[in-house]
Amino acid sequence: MHVPDGFINAPVSAVAGVVAAGAVAVSLRGARRELDERTAPLAGLVAAFIFAVQMLNFPVAAGTSGHLLGGALAAILVGPYTGVLCVSVVLLMQGILFADGGLTALGVNITVMAVVTTVVAYAVFRGLVKVLPKKRRSITVSAFVAALLSVPGAAAAFTLVYAIGGTTDVPIGQVLTAMVGVHVLIGIGEATITALTVGAVIAVRPDLVYGARGLTAPLKLRVNGELVDAPAAEPEPEPMPVAARSPRKLLLAGLGTSLLLAGFVSFYASANPDGLEKVAADKGIDAKVEDHAAADSPLADYGVEGITNTRVSGGLAGVIGVGVTVVAGTGVFWAVRRRRSSEAGPTSVPENV
Amino acid sequence: MGAGHAHKLYRHGHSPVHALPPHTKLTAVFAFVVVVVSTPREAVWAFALYAALLGTVAYAARVPASFLLKRLLIEIPFVAFAVLMPFVAQGERVDVLGMSLSVNGLWGAWNVLAKGTLGVAASVLLAATTELRELLLGLQRLKLPPLLVQIASFMIRYGDVITDEMRRMRIARESRGFEARGVRHWGVLAKSAGALFIRSYERGERVHLAMISRGYAGSMPVIDEVTASRAQWSYALALPCAALVVCLLGWTL
Amino acid sequence: MDPVTDVTDVTPSLVPPSLDVAGLAFAYPDGHQALFGVDFRLARGERVALLGPNGAGKTTLVLHLNGILTAGAGTVKVAGLPVGRQHMAEIRRRVGIVFQDPDDQLFMPSVREDVAFGPAAAGLKGAELEARVDRALERVGMAEFKDRPPHHLSFGQRRRVAVATVLAMEPEILVLDEPSSNLDPASRRELADILRSLDVTVLMVTHDLPYALELCPRSLILSDGVIAADGRTGELLADDELMRAHRLELPFGFDPRSVTMGA
Repeated sequence: MHVPDGFINAPVSAVAGVVAAGAVAVSLRGARRELDERTAPLAGLVAAFIFAVQMLNFPVAAGTSGHLLGGALAAILVGPYTGVLCVSVVLLMQGILFADGGLTALGVNITVMAVVTTVVAYAVFRGLVKVLPKKRRSITVSAFVAALLSVPGAAAAFTLVYAIGGTTDVPIGQVLTAMVGVHVLIGIGEATITALTVGAVIAVRPDLVYGARGLTAPLKLRVNGELVDAPAAEPEPEPMPVAARSPRKLLLAGLGTSLLLAGFVSFYASANPDGLEKVAADKGIDAKVEDHAAADSPLADYGVEGITNTRVSGGLAGVIGVGVTVVAGTGVFWAVRRRRSSEAGPTSVPENV
Repeated sequence: MGAGHAHKLYRHGHSPVHALPPHTKLTAVFAFVVVVVSTPREAVWAFALYAALLGTVAYAARVPASFLLKRLLIEIPFVAFAVLMPFVAQGERVDVLGMSLSVNGLWGAWNVLAKGTLGVAASVLLAATTELRELLLGLQRLKLPPLLVQIASFMIRYGDVITDEMRRMRIARESRGFEARGVRHWGVLAKSAGALFIRSYERGERVHLAMISRGYAGSMPVIDEVTASRAQWSYALALPCAALVVCLLGWTL
Repeated sequence: MDPVTDVTDVTPSLVPPSLDVAGLAFAYPDGHQALFGVDFRLARGERVALLGPNGAGKTTLVLHLNGILTAGAGTVKVAGLPVGRQHMAEIRRRVGIVFQDPDDQLFMPSVREDVAFGPAAAGLKGAELEARVDRALERVGMAEFKDRPPHHLSFGQRRRVAVATVLAMEPEILVLDEPSSNLDPASRRELADILRSLDVTVLMVTHDLPYALELCPRSLILSDGVIAADGRTGELLADDELMRAHRLELPFGFDPRSVTMGA
């Protein structure tokens, strides 16, 4: 699902870049509460793991294959904020090192594959964990469902982006059905792997699962062979789980995103078939797509008003768009960095450039 | 294992391109791709010029064409899609060899192929001439938030660990006659994923403990300072600047 | 189990002990408790072996010594400084841990950079850093391998470099986790010579009993998460009942009574 350079037009890439930069900035702030000295490498491992399993294509059906997106796994293992950072780092490194996904399409890729999957997955996960009985099995089940839904969610988000800013008119129509169908299949694979991974980790090292923290027995001392309760000293060595914090904001955000997606996607799917196709091809689907009428999307004619030469106008829009991405991205990072350095208290994660 | 070890895409060498400080190269590649993407797709000759520019860089970096072309294969999924485009896109149609193709789709395919390929080639060149650790230092110098750099460096460290474990587990699976062929093998693959995670984590955790035991506190200590001189900057930025000229010509001609 | 305090000639009252562990208890987050109140002291300059069967909590204890794990109850003091969040950097400089697998310890692309990692993290730069690296490598006899990648060295050489990475930080106490594991006899001999030549406090975690006897005048036995015995190494190893009770076995044909004790 990695979008290459030139696939999505410049203005939409720029907007996606702004959205991605914003999401990463928010996550950086949030991640400080999720990460400490011991969990920072876990985030790195999750990133590496996602990197690895994204290369591990698994067979879906009829000769097609798909790869994991990993957002759900990341959110459950290291928390939603760190999860977004993990997948973003994976995408950044894939772009730089393996040229997998264009550098200018990084915003699109991060928005779709890091932000949407993580937010959808974590919202579903927290919701289910709240409802289900407090057992380890519930966590595995929640992980399964969360991962299952996150993949079609990302597919839909991608569809939306392409519908708005695809550089080529490719009909959607039935593609939406095909897309979601295939991604539900891929989602099952993702869900299986996510649930088994989370299940395996929770069985051996429950301390590594962000979503399942806070189960400890009181300490004992062995005095002349007898066990006695240790005097209550400092609390848990691990920093207290952030999971206890109100997940409501996140839930609301997830709900909002889902609604927005659902609304937009169905709108474009019915009224303005334009370009869902690409993920389909990327995933290797040979689905036959019927031609649809209606070509113009309201955003297809992107231009700068007052300039009559369409090429110049469109080009200006492109250049402006790209400029905006760069400026906005840099601006957000700077703002966050300044804020962070001024806030940096003794509680912050060790950080220095 | 270790962040500094050469990765598979890296091609050891001592060319002037290898010697450039990583942050100048990162900036140059990013600027180049931005310029390429904002070029009108109708200016076909401009893309030829871009390719020539990259060719020059590859020559200066002494990266052989075969190496570059092999790495370009990563693009194949998109090529497949691009080939599909002229058939499915709508709008005006032309007949080529008896097939009815969409003009818009043809342009779209060309657009994706040309820009995508150039982007991939630029990244491949960057990866071929820059070591991983250098890339991270470069990102750090370009003010990427330290937390992201930290996650990235752990990711690379664990990357080796995971590939190692994965290979060992695959050998173990295959020596027992297993081969993933369809849906019914998901279970095995998924269980491997869980085991892989724990194995790699525990291995990496030990490395990390060794690191913090020696005073690691979130960022790699700078042992050899990397700075870029004005000359090095201008050398690196020659690529995107030349590209920008081509791009501007593309818009005006 | 009476502590032996007269093994060294250093008067403990003047200098704070290199290591002072009191009432240390710890449970892992999964609920498994590994330490149940560990007490012991190491005077400056002592070389002490920490013996115990697999699963006795040896590695868990080691991870408390530089604050990687934080005590659930009890205290650890290094040269008088309590292990805790506020002095973490200083504690980690003072306590040098050499882990069991040198591949875990060596993660930089060259020996030089690996040895420089610790001092550089502590803020050392330039010529001073170089000098520190050279001195540490010299002490383990690995100076000529400075620019080699660690994974191209033999296992014994890697372990020596691992010791150098820690020595470069000029620690107060050197903690070695199974230093003799996987070493061939010659490498084992060389490492012993190096350890004997160092003038720092050494805590050697091992179940290689002859090696403990050779290098450490005093030994502690950790069993079931507490210190079960503390005394002269030769006497402990000769106590068959004690050894059996804590699943410690001497190699076939080895009699500690027939060996002249190491310095």
